[in-house]
Amino acid sequence: MSANAMVKAEGVHKSFGPVEVLKGIDLEVAPREVFCLIGPSGSGKSTFLRCINHLEKVNAGRLYVDGELVGYRQKGDKLYELKDSEVAVKRRDIGMVFQRFNLFPHMTAIANIVEAPIQVKRESKAVALARAEQLLDRVGLADKADSYPSQLSGGQQQRVAIARALAMEPKLMLFDEPTSALDPELVGDVLDVMRGLAEDGMTMVVVTHEMGFAREVGDALVFMDDGVVVESGHPRDVLTNPQHDRTKSFLSKVL
Amino acid sequence: MTVDIEKTGPDDTPPPPTQPEAIKAIPVRHYGRYVAAVVAIGLFALIVYAFSQGKINWGAIPDYFFDDRIVDGAWKTLVLTFWSMVIGIGGGIILAVMRLSKNPVTSSIAWFYIWFFRGTPVLVQLFVWFNLGLVFETINLGFYQDEWSDFMTPMLTALLGLGLNEAAYMAEICRAGLLSVDEGQSEASHALGMSQGKTLRRVVIPQAMRVIVPPTGNEVINMLKTTSLVAAVQFTELFRQAQNIGQSSGAPVEMYFLAASWYLVMTSILSVGQYYLERHYARGSSRSLPPTPFQKIKSTVFSVRRPKGVTA
Repeated sequence: MSANAMVKAEGVHKSFGPVEVLKGIDLEVAPREVFCLIGPSGSGKSTFLRCINHLEKVNAGRLYVDGELVGYRQKGDKLYELKDSEVAVKRRDIGMVFQRFNLFPHMTAIANIVEAPIQVKRESKAVALARAEQLLDRVGLADKADSYPSQLSGGQQQRVAIARALAMEPKLMLFDEPTSALDPELVGDVLDVMRGLAEDGMTMVVVTHEMGFAREVGDALVFMDDGVVVESGHPRDVLTNPQHDRTKSFLSKVL
Repeated sequence: MTVDIEKTGPDDTPPPPTQPEAIKAIPVRHYGRYVAAVVAIGLFALIVYAFSQGKINWGAIPDYFFDDRIVDGAWKTLVLTFWSMVIGIGGGIILAVMRLSKNPVTSSIAWFYIWFFRGTPVLVQLFVWFNLGLVFETINLGFYQDEWSDFMTPMLTALLGLGLNEAAYMAEICRAGLLSVDEGQSEASHALGMSQGKTLRRVVIPQAMRVIVPPTGNEVINMLKTTSLVAAVQFTELFRQAQNIGQSSGAPVEMYFLAASWYLVMTSILSVGQYYLERHYARGSSRSLPPTPFQKIKSTVFSVRRPKGVTA
């Protein structure tokens, strides 16, 4: 099990200057698993997510994606920092969806989606466009291909952002509070798309405040607070029968 | 005059299925606008009158307006402006990327360059380029060698002086533009596996252009006027030609007015070009693009023809 974990963290530490945000995180995400990270803001869950695709550098500990060390190469007992270009190659296989969507505003929806496949994977325009149309259809926005992000609602933008990440055919998807910036009535559309992804067997790490989604779709759940994992287990167990006082008080406020 | 015209609603809103009676209200009268217009016209007339009574031979201006020397000078001014801005913008982008680079050596070099070229007057820099023959007597590039004075023509002096100075200013404009793009954009690009260079070219710079273009248009217009300084280093562009004619024809002040009109015409044309460029880079930043001047004129004419009262 641990040998072929999709994500494996061993004592991961991260500091921003004097502030220690992650104080030793150990966890494992199995392939095809939907892994939910919950916790109060400032608990370090987003930072941990960003460490997985090396948007943040880990200060101590080891972090592996699909068996490979993130951001470094180990030779003997020495670590060598990877070049930017090597990091970029590893990121191709990891899709990321941001809280603020971060669509490229100067490109239409479909141009956003084909950008990376054409520029990074050197796919032909026809192939990339064909798949982009399929993806837009999958997220329910086939008619919005030529709209600019500013012409789309938040929920539509986030679904385009998911399609953009999927266009690289990643083996792992990271979701950083994907519904936190959305109007309540738009949240459902985005969660439906994520639910569909989970059913197709995508490995997903989801930082979320949507406890309902975590309970229904999640295979594993971790509650983080103050840079450490407080409690972990199956979402139904942790959410309905929390063991720690900190988890209990957090859940009593959000549920 | 445009008081009534601005009240026109957008033409493309579809009429509701059952249209209620259009509102026919008497619009608010803006008397202040009429007063201001009368005062402004009056003042302008006074100024025009004062100038027309001065000891200036206005007839000399049309006589020389399309003089071959003036047209040639204006053309040289445009050429000089163009190439100086090419050097300025190219150098500015390179310097801005250097300054923002993580490499401490390149960022220090860029800082020093900007510090020096922005910190000294451009006229002084022009004279330094002009007199560089005191330091270098010959030039030897291996494939090309010459006496310095033959190599450093007035054109080259002017180009280097203006272009390298402009690069320092453009660097700051470009840097501001690059910094204005949300960090989430490069993060999203990196997360997709795009390299630093691709992120810059495909994601950051196109968005930075929206911030960079307006001040750059300003710089182009400024450059067009600043080229008049190179008259001091023996380059005969518009201003120097006007001065020369002024001295030979005995109408020096008239030729200054002539030069001023030429500059005004050229800067006006550039302003129109800038408008279209800004419009191009506004793609995606607002829901609909602003109308072009022609579209504005068209809709103005169209709305004037409409009967009053319909415009609500």
